[in-house]
Amino acid sequence: MGQGPAPSLETPFLELRGISKRYPNGTLALTDISMTVGEGEFLAIVGASGCGKSTILRHVAGLVTPSAGDIRWSRAPAAGGIGMVFQEPTLMPWARIQDNVRLPLDLAKVPRAAADARVTALLAQVGLADFAQAYPRELSGGMKMRASIARALVTRPRLLLMDEPFAALDEITRQKLNDDLLALWGEQRFTVLFVTHSVYEGVYLASRAIVMAPRPGRIHADIPLDLPYPRDEALRTDARYAAACRQVSLALADAMRSPSHPSGETAA
Amino acid sequence: MSALRRLAPMILGVIVLAAWEGGVRLLAIPAFVLPPPSAVVAALLADPDTLGLSLWFTLTVTLQAFALAVAGGVALAILFTRSPLLASALYPYAVILQVTPVMAIAPLLLVWVGYERVDLAQLILAWIVAFFPILGNTTLGLRSADAGLRDLFRLYGASKWQVLWRLELPSALPYLLAGMKISGGLALIGAVVAEFVAGSGTGSGLAWRIVDASNRLNTPRMFAALALLSLLGIALFAVLSLVQRLALRRWHDSEAGHP
Repeated sequence: MGQGPAPSLETPFLELRGISKRYPNGTLALTDISMTVGEGEFLAIVGASGCGKSTILRHVAGLVTPSAGDIRWSRAPAAGGIGMVFQEPTLMPWARIQDNVRLPLDLAKVPRAAADARVTALLAQVGLADFAQAYPRELSGGMKMRASIARALVTRPRLLLMDEPFAALDEITRQKLNDDLLALWGEQRFTVLFVTHSVYEGVYLASRAIVMAPRPGRIHADIPLDLPYPRDEALRTDARYAAACRQVSLALADAMRSPSHPSGETAA
Repeated sequence: MSALRRLAPMILGVIVLAAWEGGVRLLAIPAFVLPPPSAVVAALLADPDTLGLSLWFTLTVTLQAFALAVAGGVALAILFTRSPLLASALYPYAVILQVTPVMAIAPLLLVWVGYERVDLAQLILAWIVAFFPILGNTTLGLRSADAGLRDLFRLYGASKWQVLWRLELPSALPYLLAGMKISGGLALIGAVVAEFVAGSGTGSGLAWRIVDASNRLNTPRMFAALALLSLLGIALFAVLSLVQRLALRRWHDSEAGHP
């Protein structure tokens, strides 16, 4: 499975314009988030816990309404046009893996035969062909996450939202899943918004890194990652990778030092 | 070790029964005070038809009340989760029904339905006590669906029906099954209490057999009816435990870890 070249921003796919989010208890979670995401881009959103990374994804997914600002799409995604992978696998424990992966198609009332064919193909792609009949509790953490990714891709989404999907996995499994994700992205060319608190992971995967500052969550830096695709293990010891990690790490450290907005803590 | 643990209750039961039999004989305790187990078995075998019919009657009322409690409890729990206003309005009354002792309601209910309709009073009382565990547990279960899965269903534009059928009801299943195990026993208690309170001779369940035998100081027959009631309760619990195990054993931690 190959990975294609990094896309350019010449084809904007979605644009966040001045997004702010204040919760009813007065907490300002996000302020003035503006960014453009290119079609087919792999964008990493990097930041410490609580800096609003996940909230950005939830806005893009339509699960949260912004207090201010809006989101513009080049073409509004149809039903199933957005796939999402959470920090936890979020599988239905009572359903077999194939039923979990088929869920988005079932909800869209896709005919069973077509849905099953798609599920079978996708399970093979993520290496779970032999576990279609298993229940989630019978799988390892990494396998559950593979199932979660398969479910997110089963509708052939144009946008994949990933909220620290590999944070709970061991390093070896995480690196393997990083490579598998890049392979799937290279094949299918969906756009990815990948939230992580790991600079190394973000730089390894993405063509651009957004560095977030906390309290309230805001964009501190927008760093292009000019590393060639396809990427593999060799990149992890490449001097350019080390330099990119250093650049993002410094930006992150700087973001953590940047003064908090007073209204980020309580109601104004 | 595992076999010994499984047999332990039976071994203990045999020891207790033997000690009971021996103690009663040794101390020459009159049968109307405490009959030996052999006398209880003899009473059971002396009139199996009457006691069997009474058992069938009590079982029927209990199962009817239980079925109504499950259907009504689940339906109302679904309504509660769909309409917070309805939940706010009705929940206090459901609690009132639950906390009011069934013994206190029974005489009033008998007046309303008539002493000639003890079976109906039994059904209503058994339903009242069996209903709340189903309602409470199912409501909790429906609300306990995983927040991430709720987001996922929203993301894919699931209808309310799809959310209920594919997410909330399966999430509530372990809670519902736990409620059913409590509710089954309570339905039996409700059925028995109503008949005790009626005490008019119009009842035909096991409770009336106990009252009747008590009036005649036929203690072995009282014990025989009591033993049948206990066996009925145990059988109900065992069946519901089996259902719980079969339904959850592949996926839920409460059952999946068991051999």
